[in-house]
Amino acid sequence: MELRINQQTYQVEAAADTPLLWVIRDDLGLTGTKYGCGLAQCGACSVLVDGNVVRACVTPVAGVVGREVTTIEAIEADAVGKRVVAAWVEHQVAQCGYCQSGQVMAATALLKHTAKPSDEQIAAAMVNLCRCGTYNAIHAAMHALAQGEKA
Amino acid sequence: MNVPIDTPAALLDLPLGETVNLSRRRFLAGTAVGALVLGFGLPLGGARVQAAAAVERGTQVPAFLEIRPDSSVRLLCPFMEGGQGTYTAMAQIVGEELDADPATFLVDSAPPGETYVVMENGMRITGGSMSVRMSYPTMRRLGALARAMLMQAAAEQWGVPLGELSTEPGKVLHTASGRALTYGELAGRAMDLPVPDPASVKLRDPSQFRWIGKPVRRVDAYDKSTGKAQYTIDIKVDGMLHAAVQHAPRLGMTVGNLRNEEQVKGLPGVHSVHRLPGAVAVVAERWWHAKRAVEALQVDWREPTADSKVRPMPADFSSDAWREHLAAQQGPARDDEREGDIDGALANAKTQVEATYHNQYLNHAQLEPPSALARFNPDGSLEVWLPNQAPDMFRDDIAKRTGLSPAQITLHSPLLGGFFGRHFLYDSANPYPQAIELAKAVGRPVKLIWSREEEFLRDVLRPVAVVKFRAGLDADGLPIALEAVSATEGPTEALAGKQGEQIDPTALEGLSGKAYAIANKRIAQVYVKGPAMLGYWRSVGNSLNDFFYEAFLDELADKGGKDPFELRLHLLRDNPRLTTLLHAVGELSGGWKRGPFTAEDGSKRARGVAMASPFGSQAAVIAEVSIEQGQVKVHDIWQAIDPGSIVNPAIIEAQVNGAVALGLSQTLVEEAVYVDGQPRARNYDLYPILPASRMARVHVRIVESGEKMGGIGEPPLPAVAPAVANAVAQLTGQRIRSLPLSRYTFS
Repeated sequence: MELRINQQTYQVEAAADTPLLWVIRDDLGLTGTKYGCGLAQCGACSVLVDGNVVRACVTPVAGVVGREVTTIEAIEADAVGKRVVAAWVEHQVAQCGYCQSGQVMAATALLKHTAKPSDEQIAAAMVNLCRCGTYNAIHAAMHALAQGEKA
Repeated sequence: MNVPIDTPAALLDLPLGETVNLSRRRFLAGTAVGALVLGFGLPLGGARVQAAAAVERGTQVPAFLEIRPDSSVRLLCPFMEGGQGTYTAMAQIVGEELDADPATFLVDSAPPGETYVVMENGMRITGGSMSVRMSYPTMRRLGALARAMLMQAAAEQWGVPLGELSTEPGKVLHTASGRALTYGELAGRAMDLPVPDPASVKLRDPSQFRWIGKPVRRVDAYDKSTGKAQYTIDIKVDGMLHAAVQHAPRLGMTVGNLRNEEQVKGLPGVHSVHRLPGAVAVVAERWWHAKRAVEALQVDWREPTADSKVRPMPADFSSDAWREHLAAQQGPARDDEREGDIDGALANAKTQVEATYHNQYLNHAQLEPPSALARFNPDGSLEVWLPNQAPDMFRDDIAKRTGLSPAQITLHSPLLGGFFGRHFLYDSANPYPQAIELAKAVGRPVKLIWSREEEFLRDVLRPVAVVKFRAGLDADGLPIALEAVSATEGPTEALAGKQGEQIDPTALEGLSGKAYAIANKRIAQVYVKGPAMLGYWRSVGNSLNDFFYEAFLDELADKGGKDPFELRLHLLRDNPRLTTLLHAVGELSGGWKRGPFTAEDGSKRARGVAMASPFGSQAAVIAEVSIEQGQVKVHDIWQAIDPGSIVNPAIIEAQVNGAVALGLSQTLVEEAVYVDGQPRARNYDLYPILPASRMARVHVRIVESGEKMGGIGEPPLPAVAPAVANAVAQLTGQRIRSLPLSRYTFS
């Protein structure tokens, strides 16, 4: 099947129900998107599909045919994503970093839809798990982005 | 005397006690570096090991540092980076003395080998919150030695006396002639020079520090915000196959008949099906194929045999029943601390207080599932990529398992996607033995990933304890006697499989070692070997024991009619360091107030206080809580922490946040429950970890007492649970004697 990922077209041989995550990681070699739980519990595998955040570990690859998928590898090609990355660095969010690809994707999706989210909207959207406990740093970065912080 | 060494053979010919200089050319030669450094000091027989040990720690400059033409500095770090910021701290420490901005550093983990044993205790592990505090002087000296070599190179190149030279970040200067050379320009000459006498270099006056003690930015922040950071699970090599396993439902069971092996072999993408000790595996072209196929395998598991090499999990094991078993233990107990006359003091006390406390099993639940990649090379050597906190121990274990010599094994230690104690050498809880066996069987490199479910099945658990307290108060309501007897098995004695000559410190730390002036005390352990495999979990014994002790101390305060903050100040009256710390956290919180009080939003709230002394540091915490919809809501955590002296206040603040999150997680929601010998939870759906919605605001004050440097990764954790429990008890009137609070009902 034909996939559009990060503005490129890929031909992929995979069963229709293969999770998008494993096509991205193993077939395309884009390992920035992480496997954490396989059950849409943790959000480490978050990617954008037509600008909406989805959890790639439970998204059948056939479901994204004809759609535009964005992974963390292309996040800085997106103006909003670039701001998010800059804020993540500015606020020194990452610790182990394993969940942060997904966190950046979730943040980018929120800000693409709602340029100035309220704290409640941030809390509702930023629900990916982080075992290192970077939640307050994430909130600080999001708050600054919502205030229009320039990198 | 120092001699540059270019070949492993030359290394072998060195006389005993020779200071060795691994050549920069050799270092730059990529894979050859690994081989040479790896070989150093290990496979060379007793005499050579002795010789290696005779070299002063952390003086093999070219083995640690590569200065590139653009003057960027690659540091091979003795410690693993798993979020705690050790790569950044090491860049700061080395950079400070080298005179190179930490921002110009690229840091990777060093291979195994005696060369990289830099801690004052002679170990090489990343754990126990030891990395910075145990290697600080050595890593400073390493930077200073490198700077001296660069200056020597400049002196030779310019033909001027060394004394006329100085440095500024990344450059050597000859002020008299106005000349300058970058480190990159000098590195070629400098790194082939002999390493100077370690005693000859002068370290920078701390008052002149530019980077140590400052909130220097993490060296890994950008890569970790853009998906560029590579963890073991991300590594790939040419020709690699993927593998997944299905573990026996209980540890110790073995593989019997595979009822549908032929059918599974025919599933899409399947390369082969394998029987392993206590597991079956499928190797496939894609991990998803391997996982689907291995989960489809129908295995007749056999009960453990008497000669099982692992700790067999009984079919009837339940964590709740085990707690009752611990509570029923009557001894004998071994004393760890005993002062005064505990029995006499208790008998004569005006008031006696007794209470029994317990905690819960926990999983590590780090976000990166364990994986390992193994590749046998044509020359018979083996390369393994794996998450680990102790590369030499893992390398030696692989040698033992495979029969290869350590020199034939190259160990790669990528970034850790969280660890919290997960990546020590746990015999039954690491995927690399399986990956190696599979790679050997299929004759190709194999990357094995444990699914989240397989990880929860084999992860080692944070221990449980049932602690019986007895205490006595005098006529003024002040504690004069305190006894704690813990029925438990510590992680170190669990890994050993037996009780040691001495008490396992990881069983009782946090009950033992408390600073309060209570004249008569006894801290003891009833050793109870259990069926569950145990391991280290961030802050180890302190993670449970400080909860028990500090919550019980609040019970004593209430019984004696004392305010718990004031009582602690009284019991610490002769300890200026902890008195200062307790005042600091009180101030940070706007002045101690216990409540209950009504907050601005109308909610009824209370505060609790607790302290801990883990890993050479001191911590004091105040928590503010309310009850929302029957659950405890933690609004704020104020933490004052005194690690003696510091390297990076920003990373300390981040570590306090992280430790608070894990502390709140174990307090509020987390619990590994076993029923019928199996974990109830195999994923985050039934094993909740703290979500963002239950995180508290965190306020940090760093107190630098100037005492010996302590740890930072773990010390901010243990006082969190008791501070919350004490606040909840004050708010609700309900004593909190167990964790997690999700087992309680609050109205």
